Amino acid sequence: MNAQDYATEGGASGQASQGHVVTGELDTSHRTVLYLDDISVSFDGFKALNKLTLNIDLGELRCVIGPNGAGKTTMMDVITGKTRPDSGSAFFGQTIDLTRLTEAQIAHAGIGRKFQKPTIFEHHTAFENLELAMKTDKRVRRALTARLSNEQYDRISAMLTQVRLNQCADRPAGSLSHGQKQWLEIAMLLMQEPKLLLLDEPVAGMTDEETERTAELFLSLAGSHSLIVVEHDMAFIAAISRKVTVLHEGSVLAEGALTDVQNDPRVIEVYLGR
Amino acid sequence: MSPAYTPLLQRLYTGRGWTVIAICALVLFVAVPCANLLVPPSSPFHLSAYWVSLIGKIMCYAIVALAMDLIWGYAGILSLGHGLFFALGGYSFGMYLMRQIGADGQYRVNMPDFMVFLDWKEFPWQWWNTDSFLWACFLVVAVPGLLAYVFGYFAFRSRVKGVYFSIITQALTYAAMLLFFRNDTGFGGNNGFTDFKRILGYSITTPETRMVLFVVTGAALIGALLLARGIVTSRYGRVLTAIRDAETRVMFCGYNTVNYKVFIWTLSAVMCGVAGALYVSQVGIINPSEMSPANSIEIAIWVAVGGRGTLTGAILGAGLVNGAKSFFTVAAPEYWLFMLGLLFILVTLFMPDGLVGLAKRLHAKFTRPRAGAASTDAPTAARPAQQDA
Repeated sequence: MNAQDYATEGGASGQASQGHVVTGELDTSHRTVLYLDDISVSFDGFKALNKLTLNIDLGELRCVIGPNGAGKTTMMDVITGKTRPDSGSAFFGQTIDLTRLTEAQIAHAGIGRKFQKPTIFEHHTAFENLELAMKTDKRVRRALTARLSNEQYDRISAMLTQVRLNQCADRPAGSLSHGQKQWLEIAMLLMQEPKLLLLDEPVAGMTDEETERTAELFLSLAGSHSLIVVEHDMAFIAAISRKVTVLHEGSVLAEGALTDVQNDPRVIEVYLGR
Repeated sequence: MSPAYTPLLQRLYTGRGWTVIAICALVLFVAVPCANLLVPPSSPFHLSAYWVSLIGKIMCYAIVALAMDLIWGYAGILSLGHGLFFALGGYSFGMYLMRQIGADGQYRVNMPDFMVFLDWKEFPWQWWNTDSFLWACFLVVAVPGLLAYVFGYFAFRSRVKGVYFSIITQALTYAAMLLFFRNDTGFGGNNGFTDFKRILGYSITTPETRMVLFVVTGAALIGALLLARGIVTSRYGRVLTAIRDAETRVMFCGYNTVNYKVFIWTLSAVMCGVAGALYVSQVGIINPSEMSPANSIEIAIWVAVGGRGTLTGAILGAGLVNGAKSFFTVAAPEYWLFMLGLLFILVTLFMPDGLVGLAKRLHAKFTRPRAGAASTDAPTAARPAQQDA
């Protein structure tokens, strides 16, 4: 996003124009984009997260696995502001305290999230879905008068082509296939130009070919973006992973390369033991 | 290379839409006044005062229905308290009309009758400056708007949703009704305001004044329709329907959904307030029964019958239901409420998209053989700013 886009949107520029309090720019001077430290969350006595500590480096692609109920989704809820931790701290870069921001503020700060079940706007066309997701001034009075600039139009078109939805641009998103919906949601995420992407089961319901292309996409994003991918599909993880974190009962059980993790007796115990 | 993607420059209306609006405007602003004022009563083309006031009243209701459609049809928030905002607008303007009575009341004192009756010596604070027309107009907008803003801000910030929100709005209007029934509140208790004599110095009962009020109401209705249409075709409108369908996703896209909901909620209340002010000057009475829960529920029925999320459906629903009401409450008064209830059940079961939805389905059914050649509301595709020029 450059200054021109803001100009066409009606004036103000940069983060300040978002109208949301974002505590400064993302500071990744220590090469770490996300710090989760000692996070605990409990629901009615059930400890969904138990002193979870996890750091994600700048440009890293991290896979998170774990059996059902290990706390993967709760972890994403904490990072995106949907759930407040009972204790512990969550920082985005050096300065942005995620536990104090709303969902919208966190999104503006640069964290995008894809849900487990594809969550798109079913009654809007694929194009409109991307239009709404696009990084821009999202305050009410701007939205009332907003017009797409040619540049924004082209960016949306390019994104549609990238995820192979350009033929369905005018169709209601609800009529797309499951795999296409997954891609549309990923495309929406990318339109937000996030620095950190959280992807909850991104290839569920995709065909093998779609899965393969998704793996390529993620690998191309890594480096310029940081990604956290939660998946059950081990072949997919093998294709993309460099470092894998295994969650169990709300905390980190093991961390390392996929082969090391798969041979870890504790991990085998958790997955096969019961 | 680029195929033209859709509705980025959705025009307010297509040519045909504008034509329909122009015809309606012509009828309201030219045909009705002529038929009422110029055509002699003996002529079959004469439009009686009864019809003028009935249509005028229904147009006020149609504005309320539009307001309801914005908040319910587009934002997915069912309000069962919109009668309150309507009544507040009515009361705000009613105060001015009461002051215009001057010393022509029963007691020949320059004070509303009910205040003399209660032995009040001076106007209570709520009545400050209400003899000013402009101040009254300000109150018509500000009172419902402020109440809606404050209530909406706290309700939406606390993420009160769905049926809970509906119930709270229902309780709100009920509480207000009880408050306005009290004489101490200073708004005439259960009698409310009536017996108006003048507006801006002109007698309020002459056919000419009534026709001016009618035309103003017609203009307000068309204005409200265009405003609502402008909103729902803007990006804001698309965000609003997105909130209705998947609010969490909207938040994770970086939208502060509270602000979006508060804006449309407040605007909707203001529209109701304006409608209430026009209503009270034409119907000539306002009392706390306007705030009764049943009235607010009826508003939702109008919109459901016409078709949620269509705007024109809201106007249609308000017209049809109220037309039927004014007919049946004369022909078979004891059965009207049963019919209304039955209508609501039938619409909910068999016409979930209301009359407009039904019409669209029929239209699609009969035009399908000619594959999509002339879809009615085909959005005008356009590359922004260029092709459409």
